[in-house]
Amino acid sequence: MGQAFDEIWGQGGPDNPRDDLAALARWMREVPSHELKRRLQSAEATFRQLGITFAVYGDSEAAERIIPFDIVPRVFKADEWARLSKGLVQRTQAINAFLDDIYGERRILKAGVLPPDLIFGNSQFRPEIAGIRPPHGVWAHICGIDLVRTGPDEFFVLEDNARTPSGVSYMLENREAMIRLCPELFRNFRVAAVDSYPDLLLETMRSVAPPGAGAHPNCVVLTPGHFNSAYYEHSFLADSMGIELVEPADLVVDGDVVWMQTIAGRVRVDVIYRRIDDDYIDPVVFRPDSLLGVPGLIAAYRAGNVALVNAPGNGIADDKAIYSYMPEIVKFYSESEPLLPNVETWRCREPDALKYVLDHLDEVVVKLVDGSGGYGMLVGPTASKAEIENFRRALIAEPQRYIAQPTLALSTVPTLTEKGLSPRHVDFRPFVLTGANKVQVVPGGLTRVALKEGSLVVNSSQGGGTKDSFVLMDDRPAQTQTMGGMTQSQGGR
Amino acid sequence: MRLSVQHETRYRFTEPQARIVQLLRLFPGDTSHQTVVNWRIDVDCDARLRESIDGYGNLTRMLYAEGPVETLCLTVTGEALLSESDGAIEATDEPFPPELFRRVTPLTRADDAIAMLATGSDLAAMTALAAAIHGRWSLDRRPTPAIRSAIEAAADDRVSPRDMAQIFVAAARAKGVPARYVSGYSLSGDDERRTLAPHAWAEAHVAGGWFAFDPAVGGRSGLDHIRVAVALDAAGAAPIAGVRMGAGEEVLDVDVHVEGSEQA
Amino acid sequence: MAMLSRTAASLYWLGRYVERADFLARLVEATVRLDALSSRPAGDAAWASALAVSYTEDSFAATGQAVGQGSVARFLTCDRSHPGSILWCLDAARNNAKAVRTALTRDAWTAINRAWIVFNAPRGEEGEDILNLVEAIKAEARGFEGAVQRMMKNEATWFVQLGAAIERADNTARLIDVKYHLLLPEGERIGGAIDRDQWTTILQTVSAVTAYRWLYSDGLKPASVIELLLSRGEVPRSLAACVDETVEMLNMLGKRTGFQGEADRMARARLARMQKTRAHEVIVSGLHEYLTAFIRENAMLDAAIARQFRFI
Repeated sequence: MGQAFDEIWGQGGPDNPRDDLAALARWMREVPSHELKRRLQSAEATFRQLGITFAVYGDSEAAERIIPFDIVPRVFKADEWARLSKGLVQRTQAINAFLDDIYGERRILKAGVLPPDLIFGNSQFRPEIAGIRPPHGVWAHICGIDLVRTGPDEFFVLEDNARTPSGVSYMLENREAMIRLCPELFRNFRVAAVDSYPDLLLETMRSVAPPGAGAHPNCVVLTPGHFNSAYYEHSFLADSMGIELVEPADLVVDGDVVWMQTIAGRVRVDVIYRRIDDDYIDPVVFRPDSLLGVPGLIAAYRAGNVALVNAPGNGIADDKAIYSYMPEIVKFYSESEPLLPNVETWRCREPDALKYVLDHLDEVVVKLVDGSGGYGMLVGPTASKAEIENFRRALIAEPQRYIAQPTLALSTVPTLTEKGLSPRHVDFRPFVLTGANKVQVVPGGLTRVALKEGSLVVNSSQGGGTKDSFVLMDDRPAQTQTMGGMTQSQGGR
Repeated sequence: MRLSVQHETRYRFTEPQARIVQLLRLFPGDTSHQTVVNWRIDVDCDARLRESIDGYGNLTRMLYAEGPVETLCLTVTGEALLSESDGAIEATDEPFPPELFRRVTPLTRADDAIAMLATGSDLAAMTALAAAIHGRWSLDRRPTPAIRSAIEAAADDRVSPRDMAQIFVAAARAKGVPARYVSGYSLSGDDERRTLAPHAWAEAHVAGGWFAFDPAVGGRSGLDHIRVAVALDAAGAAPIAGVRMGAGEEVLDVDVHVEGSEQA
Repeated sequence: MAMLSRTAASLYWLGRYVERADFLARLVEATVRLDALSSRPAGDAAWASALAVSYTEDSFAATGQAVGQGSVARFLTCDRSHPGSILWCLDAARNNAKAVRTALTRDAWTAINRAWIVFNAPRGEEGEDILNLVEAIKAEARGFEGAVQRMMKNEATWFVQLGAAIERADNTARLIDVKYHLLLPEGERIGGAIDRDQWTTILQTVSAVTAYRWLYSDGLKPASVIELLLSRGEVPRSLAACVDETVEMLNMLGKRTGFQGEADRMARARLARMQKTRAHEVIVSGLHEYLTAFIRENAMLDAAIARQFRFI
């Protein structure tokens, strides 16, 4: 693994940045670290006040902590973004086509593109919902496609999130914070706005309302409740869309129709953005021990009386074993070459691949096929001997539960550390919205950064932080004057 | 042969319930050897019933009852004509290929002891498997509301038809044979007093088709089984999956009244 | 769009719990004064009656402790194990507030959160800081009430105030009922010698010492105290004021939802009766019986509100 590509400094270091990003690099040089630190502290205070917190699994309930925010933005140039967007749209369309097919005709199996047991033996393929076609045929209304980068033009998809991708509130709040903390950047660069996201999401939800819903479909956000670690995001989204945030107990299914209980009686619900996992969404169909669910919800969905965003059953598209076939899947449905490549992946269910992985455990990254959040993951080069041996045993016992990938030289972005600006590894989650008639990529996303020097694990549950992600509307700075905002913001407020 | 069923399930609640939602899998479908003549369900309180078909192709009804509900009685009355097939199940609605039914679920995991019950993967081996289960465990037909896994059940001496069916499914899948759980009704008892009771058995995909096996009688199932619902395991084919909204306890008088009649 | 029933329930209970925490704080404060600061200390009897007023005699007995200032004051303030303690009420209030955070203003939320933080701060075992603590709770409760008053005049505000009114009615009625034998000792005629300290305690518990002086210039008299607590609508914690506010809040809500129900009918009937109630007649015909019936009716009204707005 050589020197990683830095997205602003390139390979040349702070004094020799990439073409077109010199102005940004200059800003970094000119604003002293202690000033950045002062601004950052003020951002953290704001986050705490607003209650943007993230409960870490396993922590005691009192431990509500904020995800660290880094003040140096990550930047995509206009042409880079245009290429990425095309790839994201293509991939999201393929994911929707795949889900529609796999729960319907299963053409892709008949064509022999995927081994059938990969689908039928997979607990993420839900026989309970087979035969249901969601309103307007949309399954993954909100898709989070995780990307990594290794060079100027080398982007790879790391994983697809078609269940309930989270993190969009950070995209919006980070932007709010950046506008307040570094207004000069927005004066000097034309940064595409992300604040239309709630409107686009609502538009997407309305577009997939069932046919009988009328001109003003009732859309709601369904949260497991305020004890959930992502509750902040749920209430934030409901608030910014101006729709009701409901808990399961607020919903009643009667006669295959979903209603919400209000002080003036029952009101019909047409579209539900649900932030509850499939397993817990309807105790009559899935886990009977679930106290979170809405009994009868799947029946209402099957009857076509409600749209669920995202559709149940999408987990099959997130599965990392399926992921390894995604290039073939994209090719099958789009009838063209995939624009965004996958990271090379060894399926440990295949004996040759397993052998290779077992022989190279100290070099590769091993992941559970159905894992997320950085849990159940081995990063070979930084793992201890004991960790490697644990994974070796697990792999031999249940190889079908794992995949492995090479350890990539993830790109870095300059990040504020104790010792000033220093490169840190990042990944990226853009959000793609699919409605009845269109697919839209929001120009921005969630950049996650591994704050520990050299670390490749960016998950917030494992000590990662976030950055704002700028998409530049064109590659030239809007004005060539030197940054004047610094003094103003130092002296102001 | 013509079989008729009258089957009651009665719930009593120690406190009135605000609402009840149930998914009922109580309606048999036609197959090449089973013709449903008439079938209906009666509910003794105000309730909405909605018809549907689940992912496995089973006929379902959703039941929505608004409270206060103190008791709830579901009565199934029906008649079906059955013809001899020697266990073969044909002309069913099959939304999935047999491969799906190789999937092991938490309820149908096999340990070594269960896996060893099956000696092969052909029709004869599956018939022998049903016999082996019949011989190994003694049958307890008393209703048991809680579903347990095949491994849990196998540790017991006395098991229910449901347990036997899940053990069969687990053992068959351990041999790579697609197998599934079936719920329905069957005749039981001695020649003097035969009754048609809720029952569970299994189907395995061998020799290019689905065959029904009843470990409770130790062989292929025949003329006296009305097939109602299939799924990966007992939870997926449960005749009644319900949720009640309200405090207090539930007292279940399952299957208090079952009657079968048999005509040549 | 009409408000979610769950949101309404949380707001209503938020109102009730803050009111109850506030009442408990004043009850503890007045009892400390009665026990320790008066010229004739009332002793453990005062603490026993504080338990009775807060319906916690049984749960306190279950702890096996002896009745006394230290044990009871701690039990009513910092014991998380039962719903008759300030700490329990603040936990419940905060959880309800959290669940409906977006329906509250930041001021209202902050008042609850601050009270909760004050009470959860580590502190020493003993005595004098009890008064500081209850003083802090009273201040935050006033802050909360003020913040709610300043909120938009909408369902959110009305449900909080409705909950507070129902809780207050119960608290005041219970207080008079437990203490009435102190006001009207057996065999004493009305207007006879009375225990000034006990009276003052009662008036302090409902923050009505000053109001009493304003309204009655001829000194402390049992009939006047009872009249004040029963039927003087000017005093916010009198039964009359609570009954009146209940009707008013239900009216506002009815206008918003477009229908009225059982709770409205019950509350209006109660108001009509209350307007005809004369304190001296109540005393003659039996104060205890009157208050018992009032408390029962208040509980029925609470249940009717829950049904009407589908709290469950």
